[in-house]
Amino acid sequence: MEKNIKKYFPIFVLPTFISFTVVFLIPFVMGIILSFTEFTTVESAMWVGLENYLKAFTQDDNFLNALWFTVKFTIVSVITINICAFFLATLLTKALKGTAFFRTIFFMPNLIGGIVLGYIWNLLINSILGIFGVDITYSADYGFWGLVFLMNWQLIGYMMVIYIAGIQNIPGELYEAAKIDGASGISTLKNITIPMVMPSVTICMFLTITNSFKLFDQNLALTGGAPARETAMLALDIYNTFYGRIGWQGVGQAKAVVFFLIVAIIAFLQLKITGRKEVEN
Amino acid sequence: MKKSLSIMLVIVLVISLFSACNRKNNNNEPTGQSSNENITIRFLNFKPEVADIYNDIAKTYKDETGVTLIVETAASGNYEQTLTAKMGTNEAPTLFQINGPKGYANWKNYCADLSETQLYKHLNDKSLAIVSDGKVYGIPYVVEGYGIIYNKEITDKYFNLDNKATEYESMDEIKSYDALKSIVEDMQKNAEKLGIKGVFASTSLKTGEDWRWQTHLANIPVYYEFEDKNTDLSSDDTKTIEFKYSENFKKIFDLYINNSVTDKKKLGSKIVDESMAEFALGQCAMVQNGNWAWSQIKGVKGNVVKAENIKYLPIYMGLEKEENQGLCIGTENFFAINSKSSKEEQKAAEDFMYWLFLSEKGKKYVTEELELIAPFDTFSEDELPQDPLAQEVIRWMNNESVTTIPWNFTIFPSATFKADFGAALLQYAQGTKNWDEVKKIFTDRWASESK
Repeated sequence: MEKNIKKYFPIFVLPTFISFTVVFLIPFVMGIILSFTEFTTVESAMWVGLENYLKAFTQDDNFLNALWFTVKFTIVSVITINICAFFLATLLTKALKGTAFFRTIFFMPNLIGGIVLGYIWNLLINSILGIFGVDITYSADYGFWGLVFLMNWQLIGYMMVIYIAGIQNIPGELYEAAKIDGASGISTLKNITIPMVMPSVTICMFLTITNSFKLFDQNLALTGGAPARETAMLALDIYNTFYGRIGWQGVGQAKAVVFFLIVAIIAFLQLKITGRKEVEN
Repeated sequence: MKKSLSIMLVIVLVISLFSACNRKNNNNEPTGQSSNENITIRFLNFKPEVADIYNDIAKTYKDETGVTLIVETAASGNYEQTLTAKMGTNEAPTLFQINGPKGYANWKNYCADLSETQLYKHLNDKSLAIVSDGKVYGIPYVVEGYGIIYNKEITDKYFNLDNKATEYESMDEIKSYDALKSIVEDMQKNAEKLGIKGVFASTSLKTGEDWRWQTHLANIPVYYEFEDKNTDLSSDDTKTIEFKYSENFKKIFDLYINNSVTDKKKLGSKIVDESMAEFALGQCAMVQNGNWAWSQIKGVKGNVVKAENIKYLPIYMGLEKEENQGLCIGTENFFAINSKSSKEEQKAAEDFMYWLFLSEKGKKYVTEELELIAPFDTFSEDELPQDPLAQEVIRWMNNESVTTIPWNFTIFPSATFKADFGAALLQYAQGTKNWDEVKKIFTDRWASESK
């Protein structure tokens, strides 16, 4: 059997491998190559070496601002999303009436597209700020907290489902034993629940970090970067560079490569760190 | 034996994968049957609102000449993105649009020389075309104009008010900023009596919706500045700017935001559609926009503005001799032909342009459906669009006593410059930036984006 699998391995892998190469690997490599060139379309690329990277960091003050804004946003939203999601998950795994109903409700925002969400929250937030005679574009802080709120609203339900799955996997005996030993609610949480759901934490952290870092649609629809470019996150900044300036496509591409490296490194480190804390069931 | 079988299987799989892709491609192309069946030209259309009309034109053109015209349309505000994406493929447009000298600079490797084309020979004003080194690369196919659109019904109502505080009797007397300011402010005081919420429609300052100010309105001070300095617009002298008439820009901008339907701190979420709807619903008396806005005004449900009451006023901002100032008339729609297409396709695209603006059928589409004011001598006086705003533009254009302001914003350095200036205008309206800072952003960004 195993021998057969080995023999037919190429047949089964090849179609996927080809599509993977065509739709992922080739564009990816081309993207990296383009970041070293000046181009209008893929055909007209001219090699310029590292100039694009230099321009991205030296001539363009927006890039570093966007990077800093994105980092702040990611830290705040990762913490709030995971805490809220975990809290909801512990609540909704209790033997209460209507937990299934609430799980569905909390999950639902995740099914709405980012652009739609952005516009809906834009209206909601503006109608509240309207009482004070301003709107979301008035201050970068409004935009920041608006984005955090939106992101929470959208992702809490999804993360909650993952935490619920993790909590439900914890064997009941552990809780029973803790109860017999007279452990308090908090120490049960600290010493049993949290260590046992570490695999879920790893996944949730990974998803929230990468999603927050790569946020684009919501950013575009909610604030569009206003005021000025103060609330433009990295992805939006790259988009603006690519399409907003003649001859800057290469710089946009260079930023995108830097962006990829940052996301990849952070995600990798995070997986290592939280992965180490996981315990075997 | 087994090995060869597995290799064969792999090949079959791969082939079926590719043939599936191929088949899909074939479906996209309408099958041609007549004599010119092999020629297919692609046109990347700029305006989503006229996509259906172009598809109709393509059908008629196919019936007449046999040439297949595939019209693809870029989503609103996404033309450059779509063009960039399409240009690299083997489905690159043969006929596309550039938006002026800056657009040409971006696409110069793809623009064919059009100086020998029939269409260029019929162009009324050759100075409108995009010329570089004596060769023509872009032919304007429409002229458009913008200014302050006003609803005569409401202004007449104002002039008949008992308690009006100005001596003016009709809009024809308004020929300067001071006159405009005095009636606007008095109208704003009497807004309730006039049944309006504000004199001007909301100054839409949401990101991406602020082009009426950061581009169109800014055109006027920029035009006067370069005019004063006798700057050659195609030279490098346009790389720096003083924004000499910034105070004049501020005057009219203040007038817009202080006498508006919307409180100025809330302008950051207003979009152009909302402004036009306010005008169409009679909630305001004036709005700055171009003649393309007619379709928007017409399309608003419950619209109360009568076509015969829609008039144009030049944008006065307190400049010298402004009583002789006309509307801003020009274009940012230039046809360009892809120089990387085959010779036959380029020829076919030329023929199509010519057909559209010369043949009876083509002209009918242009004036009646696309409602374009075409700048070619093949159009006679009575072959002009009938919508009220286009009529007004033509009236102002033919008015010998005023000077028309060209669209110099086509030399604005980049979209980033415009976006940054627009954002600064919003912050000025909200009170978080003062005018000196706005002015500084204008001059700094102009210089840095011109590099």
